[in-house]
Amino acid sequence: MALPKYTEPHYRIWHYFYLFICGCVFFFLIAPLFVIFPLSFNAEEFLVFSEGMKRLDPDAFSLRWYHDMVYGTKNPWGLAAKNSFFIATFATLGSVILGTVAALGLSSRHMPYKGIIMATLISPMIVPLIISGVAIFFFMAKVGLAATHTGIILAHIILGTPFVVITVTATLSGFDHSLTKAATSLGSNPVNTFMKITLPLILPGVISGGLFAFVTSFDEVVIVLFLAGLDNTTIPIQMWTGLREQLSPTILAVATCLIVLSILILVILELLRRRSERIRGISR
Amino acid sequence: MSSETQKILTTGGIPLEESLKKVEKRNKIKAFLLVSPLLFFLIIAYISPIVGLLFTSIDDRMVTNMLPKTFKAMKQWDGKDLPSEEVFEAFYQDYKILVEEKKHGKLSTQMNYEKNGFKSILKKLARKMKKFEKGNYKEQIMAVHKRWAAVEYWRALKRRAPTYTYSKYLKGMDMYENEDGKIVQVPEERRIYKILWLRTLEIAFFVTLFCFLMAYPIAHLLATLPTKYSNLLMICVLLPFWTSLLVRTASWMILLQQQGIVNDVFVWTGLVADDNRPEMMYNKTGTYVAMTQILLPFMVLPLYSVMKTISPSLMRAGKSLGGTPLITFWKVYFPLTIPGIGAGCLLVFIIAIGYYITPELVGGASGTLISNQIAYHMKSTLDWSFASAMGLMLLTGVLVVYWVYNKLVGIDNIKFG
Repeated sequence: MALPKYTEPHYRIWHYFYLFICGCVFFFLIAPLFVIFPLSFNAEEFLVFSEGMKRLDPDAFSLRWYHDMVYGTKNPWGLAAKNSFFIATFATLGSVILGTVAALGLSSRHMPYKGIIMATLISPMIVPLIISGVAIFFFMAKVGLAATHTGIILAHIILGTPFVVITVTATLSGFDHSLTKAATSLGSNPVNTFMKITLPLILPGVISGGLFAFVTSFDEVVIVLFLAGLDNTTIPIQMWTGLREQLSPTILAVATCLIVLSILILVILELLRRRSERIRGISR
Repeated sequence: MSSETQKILTTGGIPLEESLKKVEKRNKIKAFLLVSPLLFFLIIAYISPIVGLLFTSIDDRMVTNMLPKTFKAMKQWDGKDLPSEEVFEAFYQDYKILVEEKKHGKLSTQMNYEKNGFKSILKKLARKMKKFEKGNYKEQIMAVHKRWAAVEYWRALKRRAPTYTYSKYLKGMDMYENEDGKIVQVPEERRIYKILWLRTLEIAFFVTLFCFLMAYPIAHLLATLPTKYSNLLMICVLLPFWTSLLVRTASWMILLQQQGIVNDVFVWTGLVADDNRPEMMYNKTGTYVAMTQILLPFMVLPLYSVMKTISPSLMRAGKSLGGTPLITFWKVYFPLTIPGIGAGCLLVFIIAIGYYITPELVGGASGTLISNQIAYHMKSTLDWSFASAMGLMLLTGVLVVYWVYNKLVGIDNIKFG
């Protein structure tokens, strides 16, 4: 951001000071994530940089914690990863289907009591997680779904739908309804119209809502802590136990994998955003 | 004249007005049917359990169900002098069943909450009761321990007779109902929840403030830089946002530990001596630092989306009309960003006030919040009604914040992401 030549000196100083502050904040935001990378390759068992690592001695680095993560005998990461992906996948499917259908209804201008229904639908996002956790735990215990995959999936559907509802209603607000009318006048039935016309156009919104739901479920720990039994352990639960009890470098190996996953999600979202802009004809 | 009053008919011969109403109604039903699966799912599995917390929090049937005969006999007792022989006999019979079913431990724990010293006399009674003779139970029970002859203990028992109680709410505010039925504060040195509520508010407030102070400049930079650069910098905001909460907490645990990098830097710059490294984790500092970093994206994103819509020509106009950059910023730019500030602060404050994971891991004893206490009672003490009561108190607080926000800024002015 170049300053014009005529800028007075004290504004110039102020401007550089402002850039310096911004730099510090960006550093504060992003730097903690990058501590994890090198330490996960630590050859030793301590969570500090060893003397060897500071000298960049190749012997001080190793893949032993990644090996331990995958092949370790006592490590529950395999089961946890399987559970996490299973639960997150079904929770996402449920959230996307329920949320998209509801968003279609909500975006209709005929919808009665829109305000209060919208408030109800997004309430899981507003209520503090710990309270949702307690309430959902009581419900699942009553219907006998505590410590089951089904119970956790249902709980995560509750948490995930608000994101889908919000993103899809936002996408639908720019939707040209004459397109569906045209399809109907040409003899298409509603389901066909939805699949062939509406869905492809709102797909970016649906996918980004689904990604939100996936990440919410994949990263959720408070409710799972209440609901999970020994068989339902997930990656966040294992990390939680690990961080509370024995802080081992294996956790850092897992954390590195999770950071890579979030980079992947970021890339997908960016591609989606570009696609959605192209579809809407916004070009920069 | 007649043509004006004549109604317009559709081809089917039905008045147009009616036909339109019919279509309107059908559309309404259609829209509602689309929403209903999710709506009913949420009402059944989410809203009603939250309302159910209300019943759990005042539910006090445990003791009532344990001593049915006693409470029935106590109905006639005025509570002034010691109860009559019938009450003692009923209590003996109820307690005998409890001892046989090995449930008397629960009763003694419950009663000890009500009045200190109940546990030991109930235990002693359970031991001595086996040798009791038939008849004259009043004498026999009173002979077990002198406290059984004290009327306060019987009054304490009677206080647990109703099937509901609001004592959990009082407990959450460090208050209790004393023997005369008056609501009083607990002694100063035993007030723990008041401190906890205040600390929760304090931490939520300062985390929101820190987030705001840090987010404002970078959101401004992101909104004013050319897209080429700002997209790159946006990654610095979005990557932490999409990264697992536990990963971010873990990285703070590594950074803030006593042999951690932050302390290393402090020692290296000579700020602190090597043998005197400050404790930065397991206290409030840890909670502040970690929560601020974790919640910062929630402040940046709403601010950014509002700032992006502000035309740069407004600032130029302000300057050309003679305003210094500072005045132009304060009079023109800042007021336009208020919806973003409101949304960001509301979002961060609400998330912070109910935060659980990070304070539990890096907060230690002095940096934990009310939600940690709720989880503790859910999982450790199993006092679910107390956990529900505290949860509802927290929820009420959150709803009040929303209400105030709605009055001040208007909830429709919120812009997320």
